[in-house]
Amino acid sequence: MVEIVNRPYAKAFETFATARPEVLCLSADLTSSCEIDGFRDRHPDQFLSLGMAEQNMLSFAGGLAMQGFRPFLHTFSVFLYRRPYDQLINSIAYSNRKVRLMGFLPGITTPGGITHQAIEDISVMRAIPNMTILECGDATEVETVLEVADSIDGPVYVRVLRGEVPRLFSTPFEFNKLRTLSEGDDVLVVTSGVCTEEALRAAEPLKNRGIGIHHLHVSTLKPFDRDGLIRVARGKKGVVTLENHTINGGLGSLVAEILAEEGLGVKLRRLGLQDTFAHGASKPYLMKKYGLDASALVAAIGDVLGKTLDIPDAELEAVRLDTVHSAQKAEAL
Amino acid sequence: MTLSNQQKTEDVAAGIRKRVFLHTMRNNGGYLSQACSAAESLAFLYNEALKLGEPTLPKVPLPFSGVPSASNPDAFTGAGYHGPFAPEYDRFIISPAHYALVIYSALIQMGRMDEHALDHFNRDGGSVEMIGAEHSPGMEVTTGSLAQGLSMASGIAWARKRKDEQGLVWVYMSDGEFQEGQTWECLAAMAYHGIDNIRVVVDVNRQQCDGAMSSVLDLGDLPARVSSFGVTCRSIDGHDLDAFRKAADSTEAGKPLIILANTSPYQGMEFLKKRFPRLHYVRFKSAEERQEMQSAIAAELRIDEAEIARI
Repeated sequence: MVEIVNRPYAKAFETFATARPEVLCLSADLTSSCEIDGFRDRHPDQFLSLGMAEQNMLSFAGGLAMQGFRPFLHTFSVFLYRRPYDQLINSIAYSNRKVRLMGFLPGITTPGGITHQAIEDISVMRAIPNMTILECGDATEVETVLEVADSIDGPVYVRVLRGEVPRLFSTPFEFNKLRTLSEGDDVLVVTSGVCTEEALRAAEPLKNRGIGIHHLHVSTLKPFDRDGLIRVARGKKGVVTLENHTINGGLGSLVAEILAEEGLGVKLRRLGLQDTFAHGASKPYLMKKYGLDASALVAAIGDVLGKTLDIPDAELEAVRLDTVHSAQKAEAL
Repeated sequence: MTLSNQQKTEDVAAGIRKRVFLHTMRNNGGYLSQACSAAESLAFLYNEALKLGEPTLPKVPLPFSGVPSASNPDAFTGAGYHGPFAPEYDRFIISPAHYALVIYSALIQMGRMDEHALDHFNRDGGSVEMIGAEHSPGMEVTTGSLAQGLSMASGIAWARKRKDEQGLVWVYMSDGEFQEGQTWECLAAMAYHGIDNIRVVVDVNRQQCDGAMSSVLDLGDLPARVSSFGVTCRSIDGHDLDAFRKAADSTEAGKPLIILANTSPYQGMEFLKKRFPRLHYVRFKSAEERQEMQSAIAAELRIDEAEIARI
């Protein structure tokens, strides 16, 4: 059974930052919501409270980075790019500053509705030159993303998971490397973030019905492991992407761009928010309502294969997930 | 070559006005009014207040070398005209990037740039852009989108304070930037964090692109509003150099210093008053209009009109 880790970011950030005096922890009034309240209390010298003033925080961080500090900005994903977009461009991205934007509650993982749900953040960030985009899919990636983000020469945006986070992976976050979670010949499934856990629920029921799924988990969205995708997309009967984000501009779009540029001519179904805003409700409810869950994935796989896959929701919900130990081994096959 | 304190500050101010005027006439338009309001502020800063090292970039401005990125080691900023980054030296962040022509003129007047550097102004492929970019002479950061310079400078100042560097961070900004919410966010942060190694000079000329600020969005009692944030605020006559000296010496421990330099958008070129309130960018509708302005302002600045034709 998969392990559930409580507040993995809190511990990981404290361990990471205290070993690096030039790392600064910046917060915009969502300190405990971003699991850095303990860090603030124990390491006040490395913590800067800038209040509900994100425009100033982003430009201020640009100034800190100029002087050799590496500021890690903490707030909800949505507040890192919507209000302070101009500051993100002019004070950080243009000058390629080493500012790390740690975005919490990405997509529909928050019940906060339109104001709190970052559903187009990846799309926006992908359009910004110099920007690197990382997304955590489990507790292991939350624990190991900090060193990866900090190794980048330029600004980095990270979708972080908080609270109780399942541990799906046994190996650390690797920059710009796709994780192979299963191998199969029929359909390529590409997932990211919390959607990977959903896709894993569909794996066993699909296998039992004789459908071969090649499952890739994406944790580096920009840059993107283009060759890794092409290698396994070639010859498949279809490709399905599943993301906690609008289908416009995110994972589904970037996969579409690559398939088209390579002329692979393979059918693609993009699952995610279908060009719609969501509203405030629980994560399981929203994932079902907007088709981000295992049953939506099964339906899309059936669609590209031209067959009806009758897998009842109860069967998907009953799936017991195990930590994936096979990623690297599978790659080595 | 002219170095700090080898010229009288009054002469630096006059030189800035003259250079901007000559360039504006020769190029059929320019940011003339900004020279009127800013001349004493920039002359005071460059000639007396700023502690800067020798320029690290060539006197003749370099061509544009590409945008900054992890894969472009050739990218540079205009900070080199303010000398090297070193703990003892000041940094100077210029927020209103449309004052670029005035800044370039000041750098030339100070001997930090070549006498003919303005020949590169607004030339395709050059770094001496019309709206100062990060790579333009004197520009240390990207500030053309207004109100971000103060926040970036505050981050720089906080970092320098943390590192116990003696050098100060100076900021030049325009009063129009006080219409942006970010400026007020920043004032709150500067006061809260006690960033007292920053000195800000604001060109309070009460002008903006659409005209007089009172007809666009009035700032009201700016000194009271700024003071209420818990910073040291001095409101002075922005053409009085002694007032600048006094204000610059009036810092209070634990507080940033904001000098509101109240200026006239036609100081030294009274003829421009005729154009009020359309002063943001001066251009000419006819040859007669151009000639009339040329003669009048040349007389005010005591410039031989023949010098305008000399390039």
